[in-house]
Amino acid sequence: MEQATSNIQVQPADKSVIMGIWKVALILAVITGIEYLFAFTMDAGFLRSTIFVALTIVKAFYIVSEFMHLGHEVKGLIYSIILPMMFIIWLIVALVNMEGAAVKDSRGIVDYEPAGTEQMNDSK
Amino acid sequence: MATTATMSKRSLWGGGVAPFKASYGKLMMWFFLLSDAFTFSGLLITYAFLRWSAPAYVGDPKDFVFSTEYWPIPEKVYEAFPGFHGVELPLVFVGLMTFILIMSSVTMVLAVEAGHRMDKKNVVKWMLWTIIGGFAFLSCQAWEWSHFITGTDTATIGDVVLNGIWRNNYEIFGANLTFNQYGPPAFAALFFFITGFHGFHVFSGVLLNVLIFFNAANGVYERRGHYEMVEKVGLYWHFVDLVWVFVFTFFYLI
Repeated sequence: MEQATSNIQVQPADKSVIMGIWKVALILAVITGIEYLFAFTMDAGFLRSTIFVALTIVKAFYIVSEFMHLGHEVKGLIYSIILPMMFIIWLIVALVNMEGAAVKDSRGIVDYEPAGTEQMNDSK
Repeated sequence: MATTATMSKRSLWGGGVAPFKASYGKLMMWFFLLSDAFTFSGLLITYAFLRWSAPAYVGDPKDFVFSTEYWPIPEKVYEAFPGFHGVELPLVFVGLMTFILIMSSVTMVLAVEAGHRMDKKNVVKWMLWTIIGGFAFLSCQAWEWSHFITGTDTATIGDVVLNGIWRNNYEIFGANLTFNQYGPPAFAALFFFITGFHGFHVFSGVLLNVLIFFNAANGVYERRGHYEMVEKVGLYWHFVDLVWVFVFTFFYLI
């Protein structure tokens, strides 16, 4: 076991590989920057939430595909990870978008609208 | 290689070869991460479900005040930064935390890359940076939690149950598991549970990273002939980063 140490060869770093890693990091930073831009310039709503989720999925793609190297694995491995996650995302969309709204509706929960100068209706 | 190339599809799964061209440990790490993703999905579904069935604030964001009656606007909750008391800096601190975690993910990739080249010196260097990034993130989270628990200068008036006694018009400062000054009780409970569960993953990741760091520095992987352990723990560390990307979007942006 110990004698194996002597014939270890340190290979020189490939500049293009290192640059590729930093490029992905830059992409992630830029996407986060765009998210901040939307957070500060756009009013909250369905469209903004959709943009955030879409940008998040783009970021997730880069992290999983490049950092976790899944994009360079065998097709079977890619599908065995991605397919279950796609079903889960389907479930999330169904539960959040439809069930959440339906429960809110059926319970008769109404949104809070500030009326004039009165801030809170049940405080002193 | 020559034998696998001539094999039919049937014998590829007949044993003796690795159809996914990945080691047992790496495959199991992937499937563990898949199951962990299910757990986090469950938490995020719970969050989104409770949030979208709670009353929302639909007025002008400029007039927004905290109330236990409706769900808060996240930008109004997370606007503190250490050393800037009373200054409104929405999402700046959480941006810093995101930056730290993504950077530590990058240094982890660089450690894995150095491992492929059997470059022990660089593996140790980049692992150390990854550990520092992990500790920095955890420290940020500790500060964020303590600020969240202590609360702001202005109390929110609400009716609460304190030590089993119903209190009307109680001055709520900060947050605990039964009530909080920011919004409905579920808001703080979900904050503690989701960021806490993620923080615990980061903590476990840092422990694993420390283990790998010492093994690499002591030449364990050099003697073994490969740095695959760095890769496997790297997968876990990237997953923690991945989860944070989702927590960041769902908890802080939307």
